Amino acid sequence: MRAMIVKEFRQLRRDRRTLAMMIVMPILLLVILGYAASFDVSDIPTVVAGPGANVAATALPKSFQVAGTYTATAGQAVTWAHDELRDGHAAVAIVTASAGGGPLILVDGSQLFTAQAALRQFAAQRSGANATASSADPGPGAAAVANATVQVLYNPQLKTSYIMIPGLAGVILVFVGTVITSLGVVRERQAGTLEQLAVMPLRPADVFLGKIVPYFVVAVVDLVIVLAVGVAVFGVPFRGSLAVFGLGALLFVFVTLGLGVLISSVSQTQGQAIQLAVMTLLPQVLLSGLIFPLTSIVVGVRWIAYLLPLTYFTQISRGVMLRAEPIGSLWPPFVYLALLGAAVTGLAIWRFRAFLAPGAAR
Amino acid sequence: MTGPAGGDRPAIQWGAEAVSVSFGGLRALDQVSVGVRPGQVTAVVGGDGAGKTTLLRCIAGALAPSGGAVRRPSAQRIGYLPPSTGVYDDLSVAENLEFRSAVFGITGAAAGRQVGEYLERTGLAAARDRLAGQLSGGMRRKLGVIAAMLPEPELLVLDEPTTGVDPVSRADLWWLIARAAAGGAAVLMSTTYLDEAARAAHVLVLDAGRTLAAGTPAEIIASVPGTIAVVPGRPDDTEERRRAWRRAGTWRVWHPPGVPASEPVPPDLQDAVCVAALRAELAGADA
Repeated sequence: MRAMIVKEFRQLRRDRRTLAMMIVMPILLLVILGYAASFDVSDIPTVVAGPGANVAATALPKSFQVAGTYTATAGQAVTWAHDELRDGHAAVAIVTASAGGGPLILVDGSQLFTAQAALRQFAAQRSGANATASSADPGPGAAAVANATVQVLYNPQLKTSYIMIPGLAGVILVFVGTVITSLGVVRERQAGTLEQLAVMPLRPADVFLGKIVPYFVVAVVDLVIVLAVGVAVFGVPFRGSLAVFGLGALLFVFVTLGLGVLISSVSQTQGQAIQLAVMTLLPQVLLSGLIFPLTSIVVGVRWIAYLLPLTYFTQISRGVMLRAEPIGSLWPPFVYLALLGAAVTGLAIWRFRAFLAPGAAR
Repeated sequence: MTGPAGGDRPAIQWGAEAVSVSFGGLRALDQVSVGVRPGQVTAVVGGDGAGKTTLLRCIAGALAPSGGAVRRPSAQRIGYLPPSTGVYDDLSVAENLEFRSAVFGITGAAAGRQVGEYLERTGLAAARDRLAGQLSGGMRRKLGVIAAMLPEPELLVLDEPTTGVDPVSRADLWWLIARAAAGGAAVLMSTTYLDEAARAAHVLVLDAGRTLAAGTPAEIIASVPGTIAVVPGRPDDTEERRRAWRRAGTWRVWHPPGVPASEPVPPDLQDAVCVAALRAELAGADA
């Protein structure tokens, strides 16, 4: 047994990547999760619309971060408030006076934890207002909140499955696109067939595309299955444009496949490829807003979330599926995914060429 | 298969000219040249780490040399058997050949008939639908060679096609190699078996990335200086021990020119390669 233990330690010492994963990853995860793993929402992005919107906005409790105000008639204010929530500019919209006369509060149920936090705040405001109703003037903002009709949009029952399934579709695409693709390419190298391909009359682009197209098809089939199950079994609505969703998914798959090839180009074995792929998968699951709200992640760690492609796909999928968000307001995640896809795929092709065109720098 | 050793040899068409390759600080090939003639087999021999695979990879186009020049036809006209055989374990024999044909754009009944003949002759016909990963080592090598021969290459580069293969499969492989050469291909193969190298038209002997000897087997044998003697046991004399090697139950001792030898024997290619290696070693030790 001693001989086995010594042998294992020797092998482990030489497998620096595994060693790093065993020592650095837990520390990294602890730090990141420590700052990221929070369902507590302290800031609730809010817009205020209607007559006296500016005054009402100043009187709101501190946790309601005013993202915009719109002084307008009641009818215009309600339309504007709906648009603001649909486009993801706020989680709560307060309309000081609606067509029915009284104040109206709209809550975006697709931002589950923020919506829950907002509803708790409103409940607290109401009980506080009832207690002080006879003694003092609570002010216009507090009055608006206390007396308002509250409507939860997009996910009225605040179901977790509504927000998880659009994001999980992205996780599955990362799994197929990055993890499985990286294995497929490394397998060629480990088997020695990549060298055979290098001397055959194939352009690097032929090999690159030939390798990723099958995985692309599998990823698309997976996506369709996940969405079909989500809609049919879990009752998740698909309210937006299929074309907009498809375009977002296409860009996202483009990034994940490129990432898979890039990982394979720096991995010598399938084990190394899996390690690296998991290292890209894990932060995406934890930091993309899929589980923990982005606003709950401390700023020092949140910037990582904005580098991860799943963050943007989650925005697109939730926006399109739950809120019917149009492409006009989704352009930032689309542009980011396109840029990231071009950068990652360009780098992957450059690395790939080094193996398939031996004259190139290695 | 061995071509005529004179002025009527076919012209060298492909090969390497003073090729050098370095991996980090390690010089894997140092100014190595070799010419490969159409219709002939050129063998590269040498021990482990001699640079055989590196040279073949350079000539096939799988590795860019750090110095020197390589002449080879277009990728469309090169057949290459890498050390791994280059076949896909998770594809069947037929699927492997189908993939290779598709990449090289090979169509037509004649090509199909030829592949059928190769498979039949090498005993692979019955294994057409078996996964390559389920084949024996010898069968995989035969499949790799057949796949490399598919495009009817002008240059066929085979990295140790017969290593670790049973005698029957070796004979099958040599039948394939002979067919390729007879078809006009310039065949460059590496081998650790000197009896195989003796069948080649031209031999290049490598040691630690350097050329030890080159020429036809007859030229290499004729270039052995001095004489070789057979002795029953390991010589007692320290100086003779440095020049002795074991072969088939007896010992052979190389005597440099001017050193008398009892019972001299005519050298063969194996003796010639051993003497070349000894001379390089002794020169290095004495330097």
